[in-house]
Amino acid sequence: MKKNRIFNTITLLSASVIVFIVLAALLFTGIIDEYNGQLLTLAGIYIIVSLSLNLITGFTGQLSLGQAGFMSIGAYSSAIAMMNFHLPLVVSIIIGGLVTAVFGLLIGFPTLRLRGDYLAITTLGFGEIIRVIMVNLETYTGGAAGLKGIPSFSDTGDFLKDSIIKFSWVYVFVIITIVIVNNLINSSPGRAIVSIREDEIAANSMGINVSYYKIFSFTMSAFLAGIGGALYAVYFGYLNPVMFWFLTSVNFVVIVVLGGMGSITGTILAGVGFTYIQEWLRFFKDFRLVIFGLALIIVMLFWPRGLMGTNEFSIVKFVRKYIRKEHEGGSSKPSKIKGVK
Amino acid sequence: MSVMEAKSISIVFGGLKAVTNFDLKLGKGELVGLIGPNGAGKTTVFNMLTGVYSPTSGDIVLNTSREGHNYKSIIKLKPYQITQSGVARTFQNIRLFKDLSVLDNVRIAFHFNVKYNALQGILRTTAFYNEEDEITEKARDLLKIFNLQDKEKELAKNLPYGEQRKLEITRALATNPKVLLLDEPAAGMNPQETHDLMNLISFIRNKFDLTILLIEHDMSLVMGICERIVVLDYGQTIAVGTPEQISKDPKVIKAYLGEGV
Amino acid sequence: MNFMQEFGQQMVNGIALGSVYALIALGYTMVYGIVKLINFAHGDILMVGAFAGFFVLTANGQDPSKISNPLMLVLAFIIAMAVSALFGVIIEKTCYKPLRKAPKINLLITAIGVSIVLENGARVIPWIGPNPKQFPVLKDIPIIDGISQMIKAQTGVFISPVQILSFIIAILLMLMLFYIVNFTKTGKAMRAASYDMGAAQLMGINVDNIISVTFAIGAALAAAAGILFALNYPQVEPYMGIMPGLKAFVAAVLGGIGSIPGAMLGGFIMGIAETLTKGFISSKLADAVAFGILIIILVIKPSGILGKNTREKV
Repeated sequence: MKKNRIFNTITLLSASVIVFIVLAALLFTGIIDEYNGQLLTLAGIYIIVSLSLNLITGFTGQLSLGQAGFMSIGAYSSAIAMMNFHLPLVVSIIIGGLVTAVFGLLIGFPTLRLRGDYLAITTLGFGEIIRVIMVNLETYTGGAAGLKGIPSFSDTGDFLKDSIIKFSWVYVFVIITIVIVNNLINSSPGRAIVSIREDEIAANSMGINVSYYKIFSFTMSAFLAGIGGALYAVYFGYLNPVMFWFLTSVNFVVIVVLGGMGSITGTILAGVGFTYIQEWLRFFKDFRLVIFGLALIIVMLFWPRGLMGTNEFSIVKFVRKYIRKEHEGGSSKPSKIKGVK
Repeated sequence: MSVMEAKSISIVFGGLKAVTNFDLKLGKGELVGLIGPNGAGKTTVFNMLTGVYSPTSGDIVLNTSREGHNYKSIIKLKPYQITQSGVARTFQNIRLFKDLSVLDNVRIAFHFNVKYNALQGILRTTAFYNEEDEITEKARDLLKIFNLQDKEKELAKNLPYGEQRKLEITRALATNPKVLLLDEPAAGMNPQETHDLMNLISFIRNKFDLTILLIEHDMSLVMGICERIVVLDYGQTIAVGTPEQISKDPKVIKAYLGEGV
Repeated sequence: MNFMQEFGQQMVNGIALGSVYALIALGYTMVYGIVKLINFAHGDILMVGAFAGFFVLTANGQDPSKISNPLMLVLAFIIAMAVSALFGVIIEKTCYKPLRKAPKINLLITAIGVSIVLENGARVIPWIGPNPKQFPVLKDIPIIDGISQMIKAQTGVFISPVQILSFIIAILLMLMLFYIVNFTKTGKAMRAASYDMGAAQLMGINVDNIISVTFAIGAALAAAAGILFALNYPQVEPYMGIMPGLKAFVAAVLGGIGSIPGAMLGGFIMGIAETLTKGFISSKLADAVAFGILIIILVIKPSGILGKNTREKV
């Protein structure tokens, strides 16, 4: 048992390091240019926010249309932490997450009584209220004109170096987010959360404090979305409440559904895919959004469960399978000889 | 010594008296049947006992000590608190966690006894691994009793109907109850399956030191294993007694078969 | 102007705006009542209707700056409502019907997709384009002007011709809807389908047709609301349906989604809340107040003001 655990940890750790080294090397050698590096970084931020949404919608079963609102709280609070209080980057990002978590907690309570579409419209309402508040808090947020001059991850003037550093920052946070969501879901509290999605009444009858776990999930989701928002602020160096209106929330819902509700790997794939598709569609200029809308309809009509459904692609299982095949390949030879005899 | 008592509970739904002055004393280790025609209010009684509905009047008390007399009212408690106090149930229209594995269905029921918290789960501490191993093993042991051990990886929704009912009982047992409420456990089963289930219910009662209250339509099941039977009709208790007494009670016969028999 | 007059004026503005919201909310609520779908594209159907009306009113040699012929206005309403109804039915048949048994979130995303296509499709169509177009103004129609002046003289409260038209149209359409839903066979079938679609089907009701009719009626009401909106501003543009759509949706939920009187009540509450906030607090906060009211009401009564509280059977 213990051996397995160590094996799993090492496999996952080395997989994430290898992916990082490969991507960083591709960036460094220019095989992935700075433009694509920027896109990958943006995709990372989308993945973080989408995973936060998947936690509340895909795993807990509570449809939220206000994730952009959470994101904006994280973005503005971390920007203010850096610009007005001159706190270091990491601290500010974590503050962004924590402040958002507090809001998630506050918003979680009133939404306990609501379900389905009522919850969806309420979260949408919260998102819009937050946006209006951001517009009106001009002293801190710059209002509708926006907030400029947020410090960047790296500002050496060397584009290549900057883009690799930006990418690395976001990559680390993506990995942390994946670990948090994955480990949470595959633990007993995580199963309690998923049981709420499956059947609230049965969960209650199995001794699970449904209200507690709904709020917990909301708070956790808000925390992660806040982190995503903070990274977003630093990535763009500029914030405007318009960046967080309700269609932004819709984008994250689209990523989660495209990837498969309740699939972490699905969200990751869809997050990258979505970022690139949005970029490619720029070539179509004015037709961009028409095609995007049509694509959404077509995917929903013909591919309703998304890329992954609720399945996961497991690196550990993949590696295991590969090793076992090698092993079996080795051991099958003697038996063949036996057969010949 | 009673384990659970309903003291004259009633519930009214928008003017309709669904259950009136229902009394019940469940003795330790008893296996009691709750029967009655369709719409008599049997499931409503279950829902009141488990906190899904709160009675309009009356009281429900639970003996919290295993040996002595330490009664507490559970009438204000939420369903999950009642389960945590030792009352578990199954549902008439199966309510499994359909898209989760058989094993996870059972492991979820262990949750409130799990001591490690979410942070330890995220950080994968030793406490996490130890307890996960422990509850997985416990869950497998329970599944074995119901002969479901080979299906632990299957999704609950893919099990045949009879096995879904069994899984529900397994899941309820995993909450480590003192009182188990079974809502039509044999519904949809054939006579052979019903017979096996009867034996199984007697077996778990002894093995887990349970007190069982069961709703059933299948008379052979109720008559075969229950020591005592309560008959409900139009929300009122019309008879209480041993299976023999009940089967001869004219009021019961009238309720089931109508006048003139 | 004293406070009471100011308040009265804002109330009138609010009721006028609210009657338009109510018209849009009716579409949301009727569709939701039957197929349990939040039709995100409903606001864009409103835009489609407004443009249809715009083309009627500016066609062949009319004065594009004002409407003076009441008959043309009537024609514009009829054509706009017909065009939108057609759009509503086509969208339902092609995009929503195949997903009737799919998870609700898929349906929701499809609706969002339809909404994006309509908005941006309008932007790339050469006759429409992304820029706002001036909508003809309601002017010099003697009856309406007369009523407006009379009320001004009597009470000191000014009710503009567009507002008077909004009241009249909204009340007329609501009466028609009331009649259809309560006193026709189709209405009976609609009520049956919204109560229990499966049972309605077993009773021999062609549920597919009923759903189409529901979409058509909802879309027609939105088209009328679209023209009223366009007359008020007075301009039309592809994104014009988003905010009124969203607010009407809030109105429908507020009143209890699925309930027709609820949608009307919700519409009026939203309209009045918006104008009072704009008049007495801050115009920038109007949207926040609207959503704030929604949240407060839902927290107190989770199924909306007139919505039925359904208890899940255990």
